Amino acid sequence: MKIVLSFIAAFLLVLVPFPDWATMYRPDWVVLVLIYWCLALPDRIGPGAGWIVGLLVDIMQANLLGLNALGMSLVGYLVNRFHFRLRIFPWWQQAVSVLLILLLYRALVGWIRGFFTTSYLDFGYWVPCFIGMLVWPWLYLMLRDLYPQRKAR
Amino acid sequence: MIVDFRSNYLQHIRSALGTVMTPLHFVATFPQELADRVNIWFISSEGLRDEHEVLRSEYVHLKSRLQKLQALERENEALRHLLDAAEKVQDKVLMAELIEVSLDPYTHKILVDRGLRDGTHVGQPVFDPTGVMGQVTQVMPFTSAVTLITDPGHAIPVQVQRNGLRAVAFGTGNSDRLRVSYLNQIADIRVGDVLLSSGLGGRFPTGYPVAKVISVDNDPGEAFLHIEAAPTAKIDRSSQVLLVWRREQQSRIVPEEDVETNAEQALHAAELDKRADREE
Repeated sequence: MKIVLSFIAAFLLVLVPFPDWATMYRPDWVVLVLIYWCLALPDRIGPGAGWIVGLLVDIMQANLLGLNALGMSLVGYLVNRFHFRLRIFPWWQQAVSVLLILLLYRALVGWIRGFFTTSYLDFGYWVPCFIGMLVWPWLYLMLRDLYPQRKAR
Repeated sequence: MIVDFRSNYLQHIRSALGTVMTPLHFVATFPQELADRVNIWFISSEGLRDEHEVLRSEYVHLKSRLQKLQALERENEALRHLLDAAEKVQDKVLMAELIEVSLDPYTHKILVDRGLRDGTHVGQPVFDPTGVMGQVTQVMPFTSAVTLITDPGHAIPVQVQRNGLRAVAFGTGNSDRLRVSYLNQIADIRVGDVLLSSGLGGRFPTGYPVAKVISVDNDPGEAFLHIEAAPTAKIDRSSQVLLVWRREQQSRIVPEEDVETNAEQALHAAELDKRADREE
């Protein structure tokens, strides 16, 4: 239930209207929340959950079905695979790993997008990953404090 | 993904899941809407009076023009009758309110508050009061997604108002630019030309303003002109759009196709034109 609620909050953050210049740099909230849950509950949240959440994002953004779904199942898999290592990292190292995961995710999604549409990827496309990295420690602390009984340790 | 891209099988799944996600859109835009409502309360009566004055003069102006237009329409109908051509029936129009604009910064799509319930369908043209906005590409029970003409995957067949030259206007991903491609070096097109929808491809009705040419770049080393145009519709400012139903569409066979196939067709047509030119 709490997991669902946190995902709904992330969806809302993605949808909330921003001024035009800021829309481009909005971090991938849903992916960040997904990473947290994959880290906290690797036996429950993984590629499958990522796929479902990604599908919902595709629907929400009126995108190609399965675009984000594929990206997020990759994220789910990676985090599940390395969750032991990620958990014992100090916070800055964790943030850097999150950056790498976000970059991979964006690369995959951008690549597929390039297949189907005449997409244009400039430097701005990668900026949300870096913002996501900066947001990660705060998000991690917040989610951990919100749900103390499921603390990731 | 390929199934979704090439066919319409997933339309129902999309529409069902879309219903589930609809409330989220409303919740997310709620604060903005609330702010708008509060703003309306605080508009001064003076401002309202001014606006009323402006609208009134505009109304009188438009009304006089409408009278002329009606006369012209009747004349046009009579002439068409003489020519035995199919009568152009007035299009049915429905106003729709924008719900969400920034669906995904890398595609230009908007969400409007009319859906299956109101009878919208995929491929339906969308306008704002000043020109063509785009077309409906996804229909959900209460909402539909509209792909704008500036989406990088979108193309619309156009015609130069001045001389009827046919061309294709591609979206660029920039909300105030369209690219007009595949026109020969000798093509008669100038800065300031108005591009109207040509109605080829059967998607958009004929004769609505699409864009205005703002730059024509002639590089002798290239086969085609490099032409940029600014859409006449207020792509990123309109908060209300018009959905258009075309009565004549029922009699015509319009294949179910993607925006991209539409673009491909246009490309193909452009290629044929080119070949014809070369043979001459």
